[in-house]
Amino acid sequence: MGIAAMLGTPIKRREDPRLITGQATYVDDIKMSGMLYMSVVRSPYAHARINSINTEAAKKHPGVKAVYTAADLKGVVGPVACAVPLGKIAEGMGIRGALADGKVRFYGDPLAIVIADSRYGARDARDLIDVDYEPLPVALDVEKAAQPGAPLLYEEFGTNVALSLGMQESSEEIDKVFAETLANGGVVVKERFVNQRLIPNAIETRGVVADYNKSIKKLTLWSSSQIPHILRNVVAATVGLPQHQVRVIVPEVGGGFGSKLNIYPEELLASFASMKLGHPVKWIEDRSESMAATIHGRDQVNYIEIAATREGKVTGMKIHVFGDMGSYTQLFTDVMVLAFMFPVVCGAYDIPVVHRTTDLVFTNKASTDAYRGAGRPEATYAIERAMDLVARELKMDPVELRKLNFVKSDQFPYKSATGTVYDSGNYIVAMNKALELADYKGLREEQARKRAEGKLMGIGISSYIEACGIGPKGFAPVGLYESARIRVEQSGTVVVQTGSSPHGQGEETTFAQIVSQEFGIPIEDIVVMHGDTDSTPEGRGSYGSRTTPVGGSAVFTAAQRLKEKMKLIASFMLEASPSDVTLEDGKFSVAGSPQKSVSFADVALTANLSNTLHPSIEPGLEATSFWEPTSNVFPFGTHICVVEVDKDTGKAEITRYIAVDDCGNQLNPLLVEGQIHGGITQGIGQAMYEGAIYGDDGQLLTATLMDYAMPLAADLPSYQTDSTVTPSPVNPLGVKGIGEAGTIGSTPAVANAIVDALGVAHIDMPFTSEKLWKIIHQK
Amino acid sequence: MVPAAFDYHVAQSVDEAIALMQQYGDDAKFLAGGHSLLPTMKLRLAQPTHLIDLGRIQDLSYIREVGDTVTVGAMTTYITLQRSDVIKRYFPLLPEGIAEIGDQQVRNRGTIGGSVAHSDPAADSPGMVLALKATIVARGPNGARTISADNFFLDLFATALQPGEVITEIRFAKPAAHTGSAYEKLANKASHYAVVGCAAVVTLDASGVCTAASVVITGASVKPTRASAVEAELVGKKLDEATIAAAASHAADGMEIVSDIHGSKEYRAQMATVMAKRAITRAAERA
Repeated sequence: MGIAAMLGTPIKRREDPRLITGQATYVDDIKMSGMLYMSVVRSPYAHARINSINTEAAKKHPGVKAVYTAADLKGVVGPVACAVPLGKIAEGMGIRGALADGKVRFYGDPLAIVIADSRYGARDARDLIDVDYEPLPVALDVEKAAQPGAPLLYEEFGTNVALSLGMQESSEEIDKVFAETLANGGVVVKERFVNQRLIPNAIETRGVVADYNKSIKKLTLWSSSQIPHILRNVVAATVGLPQHQVRVIVPEVGGGFGSKLNIYPEELLASFASMKLGHPVKWIEDRSESMAATIHGRDQVNYIEIAATREGKVTGMKIHVFGDMGSYTQLFTDVMVLAFMFPVVCGAYDIPVVHRTTDLVFTNKASTDAYRGAGRPEATYAIERAMDLVARELKMDPVELRKLNFVKSDQFPYKSATGTVYDSGNYIVAMNKALELADYKGLREEQARKRAEGKLMGIGISSYIEACGIGPKGFAPVGLYESARIRVEQSGTVVVQTGSSPHGQGEETTFAQIVSQEFGIPIEDIVVMHGDTDSTPEGRGSYGSRTTPVGGSAVFTAAQRLKEKMKLIASFMLEASPSDVTLEDGKFSVAGSPQKSVSFADVALTANLSNTLHPSIEPGLEATSFWEPTSNVFPFGTHICVVEVDKDTGKAEITRYIAVDDCGNQLNPLLVEGQIHGGITQGIGQAMYEGAIYGDDGQLLTATLMDYAMPLAADLPSYQTDSTVTPSPVNPLGVKGIGEAGTIGSTPAVANAIVDALGVAHIDMPFTSEKLWKIIHQK
Repeated sequence: MVPAAFDYHVAQSVDEAIALMQQYGDDAKFLAGGHSLLPTMKLRLAQPTHLIDLGRIQDLSYIREVGDTVTVGAMTTYITLQRSDVIKRYFPLLPEGIAEIGDQQVRNRGTIGGSVAHSDPAADSPGMVLALKATIVARGPNGARTISADNFFLDLFATALQPGEVITEIRFAKPAAHTGSAYEKLANKASHYAVVGCAAVVTLDASGVCTAASVVITGASVKPTRASAVEAELVGKKLDEATIAAAASHAADGMEIVSDIHGSKEYRAQMATVMAKRAITRAAERA
């Protein structure tokens, strides 16, 4: 393979050898002399007043160095960060300290920590802490919690609703659309959808090592995080250290899915304890803690009304969202609905009028926040289920209904009724490819045959879009750029330092591919470094499918700057005008006379070592780019899911899954496919199996993997995947993110297939055997 | 998840294991494969202060043909049973059911004796042992005794074992000619334990009439439960679809059915019928 063909080549991930041979370093692999261990005391109640905490027995336990409660943090450790406090949150509602003070508000709420010289000792002493709780009534159901008279998490605010907001001033316009549609013989379909609560369950739970060196007053924090720089900045502010005296190192991360896009109490507590005691402090979350106290995803109730003409043209949509935030705000808890769901709630369709309102509500459950897709799966589920409801009402094929309403390829850039501007797309081409791959006509015939035999077969379509690659500029109260610093060493090898924090997405490979392509040098000569705030430029981290479109664009831009400088140096070496110098296949030459050239390595050596550089040229080869997107990017595609449901047991099986996705240019199709496979599986998990269940008293009933079901390879068919390529015009690589698309597209495809199999209007997820059995047998 | 402190004792013989158990009494637990015990210890639901490891005892892992009986040492692992030609020939129910247990790591380490002694009502082995009408050999301070499987499983995690007793062997009587068996399981998607399972063993005569039937339901109740009403409806009849369906409809008769987030009482009762019908149908086909 030629180096020039590096981009778009399906090379294997460079990360994998160390991962699959067990030579990668995770937080728990870090061992330091004098290390202490932290154990966290958590509330067994969902809502209770703390009358007293007796720590005496724990403090006397052998090996225990300290026990801390909220009282010890007062004036020393600030509150847990919320990025954009909205409504009553801006007045303090839902903001918590690192340890519960006076009250606990969810099962798993941390209220004390034990620091001991062994992990066992810390855990044993935890059981010796005696807390006098006064249990309080709980608010668990988001709709009931929003009503007057519900038990209150924050009594001083007199309500659990932090924010009630309409994106439109009044409902006059949408009411008029609905009335006109009905008057003209059209339909208005209504439904209530529950988008259930999910537990992210990264294979590696959270973990942190905090090491405060008293002599140089510097805190080093290793954390399994998606956001090293944000973590560094927030921890510094929260524990009262200057930013340059805090270093965050993110070692290998065993999955995040949004759950590590946060600043957690334990990161603050370990830092505090290390600063107090002058020893490194380690905390590794156990699985049950992770399920109870790491953020959860989704959890909302949607009321949707959608209107369409008799011919199937959608005329307007109205949606109300009850967003269940759980007990406290984490970093992005309160912006999921407004910033990530509402902008794309029209999906792939040209819907003239949309009306959106929401109530964001606190309940006695774990905080919700970003989980793979974050808002966009909720939007996609709502619109894709709604389109099927319209098709059912009009007795139309859901494919035909979608085709009729798609935004057309000549409408881009397309401004949706939500105000969101879609960068590029060609929805019908992706759909047709999926239909062909699936043999859609054949599937419908097979379904008719099976139905005649009394079998329940269903076919579900989902034509999703998503908005990713955040930024853009002006979207958030802070700049959501990404950064890259590239250094060409004197030997001609290249170091790329990125502010992104890839943790499974494979950018150590794809970023190197970008540089390899741009410089025309072998990928082996390039190393990509990330995840250390002392050695990487300020960045915003990896989430929201932003690393390649935003971070990749920064790498590309920095490479261009270096190329220009190297051309200038080469022009002196070649005695030519800089504008005539070209770089191809690792050689600088003068346009028109390729025989006269200097190599990439020659120029690198000259730039770094020569003492005869022209006085106008600064020595060295290093360039930094901070790249800030002007727009989101909008991947899209069509997924088709085929299911069969066992009438006797209600057990559903996915028999086929077809996905055609478009993420613009693909830097590495192998990695794109990997992301699609993982994403689809995670979305299937929500549809089929997953759901955090709290008992009536607020106990988490799905607190271990014995009770919380997740998809396994054995449950799934072999996916048939393909892609179309519609480049994005908003970044120099023409790429769109692909980390979340599979998850966003798959959940509604499965839901539509199940509903189709059973021939009903709607069923809430997850599609457990008993739930389907009851519907089949009308219990 | 780390367990509370405990002392670990390696028993070199059954006698030593029994003596250690006498010494430490209620504070001690026998450790077999550990795949049920260790998770509960890590969650601190169980906090024994002494573990007596049976894993080093010579000669508790074997499969022997002894006349009309096959004897299985209590510490025989699932994987050993699954691969045994003797077991495959006489008791194909076991490898079929064992394939449904946990994952490969669990099958590599888990033992049949450990599972039977633990008596998890949703586990697979107790139901199969009961369906095969096995005899459990236990030894304690007062010597050895045998307990029929029908008298062994008493309640939730409760068996006929006396304090200090350890299972040493499980004996299976070789089946009559024209005996078929099958295991059906509707698994809890998270734990892969049975929401409801059914182990069925039927024997037919030359004319296809059922002469013996053993049908056991797991997962639905507090213990693996013999579906006597189903068996009574099968014996003496030709096992056509209607007969099997009619018999299976009694699968939950008289059973104390449990309910949790993985299955309501109503669902489990109905699934007992569905699993029984499927298991009996396949068992009859194989007889």
